[in-house]
Amino acid sequence: MTEPAEPSPSWGIGQTLGGFARACRAAGLPVTADRERTFLRACAATGLGDRRGVYWAGRATLTASPADLAAYDQVFTGWFGGRPMHAVSHDEPPAPTTVQASLEEPAGGEGPGEQEQQVVRAAASAQEVLRHRDVAGLAPADRAALRRQFATLRPRPPTRPARRHTRARRGEVDGRATVRAHLRNLGEPTRIRWRDKAMRRRRVVLLVDVSGSMSSYADALLRLAHTVVQSSPATTEVFTVGTRLTHVTRALRERDPDRALLAAGETVPDWSGGTRLGEAVDVFLRRWGRRGMARGAVVVVLSDGWERQAPEALGEQMRRLRALAHRVIWVNPHRGKAGYAPVQAGIVAALPHVDEFVAGHSLAAFEELLDVIAEA
Amino acid sequence: MQPDPLTSPDTLSDALAETAYLADDGLATVTWLAHTLQRPLLLEGEPGTGKTALAEAMADLVDVPLIRLQCYEGIEASQALYDWDFPRQILHLRAVEALAQKATAGQRVEELEAELFDERFLQARPVLQALRAAPCVLLVDEIDRADDEFEAFLLEVLSTWSVSIPELGVVAAETPPFVVLTSNRTRELHDALKRRCLYHWIEHPGLERELAIVRARLPEVEETLAREVVTLVQQLRDDETLVKPPGVAETLDWARALTALGQSRLDPEVAATTMGAAVKYREDAERVRVALDRMLTR
Repeated sequence: MTEPAEPSPSWGIGQTLGGFARACRAAGLPVTADRERTFLRACAATGLGDRRGVYWAGRATLTASPADLAAYDQVFTGWFGGRPMHAVSHDEPPAPTTVQASLEEPAGGEGPGEQEQQVVRAAASAQEVLRHRDVAGLAPADRAALRRQFATLRPRPPTRPARRHTRARRGEVDGRATVRAHLRNLGEPTRIRWRDKAMRRRRVVLLVDVSGSMSSYADALLRLAHTVVQSSPATTEVFTVGTRLTHVTRALRERDPDRALLAAGETVPDWSGGTRLGEAVDVFLRRWGRRGMARGAVVVVLSDGWERQAPEALGEQMRRLRALAHRVIWVNPHRGKAGYAPVQAGIVAALPHVDEFVAGHSLAAFEELLDVIAEA
Repeated sequence: MQPDPLTSPDTLSDALAETAYLADDGLATVTWLAHTLQRPLLLEGEPGTGKTALAEAMADLVDVPLIRLQCYEGIEASQALYDWDFPRQILHLRAVEALAQKATAGQRVEELEAELFDERFLQARPVLQALRAAPCVLLVDEIDRADDEFEAFLLEVLSTWSVSIPELGVVAAETPPFVVLTSNRTRELHDALKRRCLYHWIEHPGLERELAIVRARLPEVEETLAREVVTLVQQLRDDETLVKPPGVAETLDWARALTALGQSRLDPEVAATTMGAAVKYREDAERVRVALDRMLTR
């Protein structure tokens, strides 16, 4: 079905409003059939001739986050003509799905790292070999095989004790449940019930570096992030880091890994650009972390630590991050290689504020990483 | 006789202003729509933009009770709905036992059971209170802190305006309460919940509106002082590097603090000693000091 680009003068008011809702949907707003119905009801309530009323009715029913506002304003002006209704600028909407922090200055890839020659191994099963191969040096056919193996990863969510209790076979006496059982028995004592602290999932936040120096790992790391999101969609958040910070959790909720990665790729504007880790972490903390996303969470930074900015700034941001998070894990693809030493300025500045520093270059390393996260 | 404040967004806006809550066009329209369509209102925005205060103002305006449910991680349905008062039930049981030694079992059992799950042992929590007290305003504060399961539970209540208590039956609201949900966006809410609600993102107010808010809330604050404080706070908010930009609540606190000290101008020394009312981080305090200097040398 093709959507008309603008309303036709011959249309009735219902058609015009319905068309507007569909135009909003075409512009990427979350307009479902019931939302459209609510919109029409809201318009009927505000009065159909009232431009201002229609604007706010639509905004309240057809948008769902500050990220939607700019698109909504645009469609509204396009559809109903005239000047925009809302003068407030949406330059920096605080927290949408694909919010980008303004860390401009696009830059070419930097840093070495991907030239490492893969040592050819013999023997062992092909799969076993693949598990330990550095994902950066894989031939296309091996890459495809590796992708299928991602399905074998089994992320387990880290847990924390909940405030509340759950029924258990040992622990402390559950007075409430015991009394309830007694009541069923007309007040005669019956067996004692026990309770223990319940466990809840801890939030996991993944910051995936997609800058130039990480380009050969970005695909594998995002796939890893995808499996983690799939295993605990409600308690996992993923951001990509480069010259900007991009929230890609929603894209990665798509079940099919290839489609999820494609969707994530479309939201990320700075593939293979430069790295501004310190600023990205700063923006993450300011816009998301301090509000609660990082509080008590397991934060995993997946990066080689090639920092283009002053390393002291990164160190300071990592200190702030650690003060908020339950555990900070730094994953470096180069860590697992012979002869690697953490000498890059970024890594050196960050390491004092990191709880775990682990490798992340092969499927086997990813498995270990998932264990580290689960135990965190 | 006052005109009904809920006939249109404009009358609502005027009436809210009388309770010293200054809503802009958008917020007034959306609030009015939520009331008219009997939909919950989901408010998001930076801390201190007046999300919670709107619920208070609405309760004040319509003159109904405000029932507040503060969400937190791990909150469960029993914290929102109801619970039974078990100790009282046991006490009751013992009392009945003592009185009716001679009573035979059988028929007495059912009567006793019915008595035990009587209204008087029911501890109504906010959501149940709201359904019973309606018309009222139910404020579900910081829904983003609760877990997914709790959100799903809330969605159910908000769609049917009723809950079922196995021992007592269904409790349904005659008039749906006016529900305000607030969120600070620490986590993405479920789309199902968002679809059920009307959505509004509250921005920080502009200079003139914030000034008007200070004047309305704190009539005792001198005009010049109010303007100076608001101008400074607005400048600070524009400063992207601030760890925690002050909200309107902080502006009010600061103006109140200065007035309590008998100030009618933003004297740099007093400002420096009282700025703790508005900025809560050491790093930010430095920036405020710089901003104060800038204002002075103007």
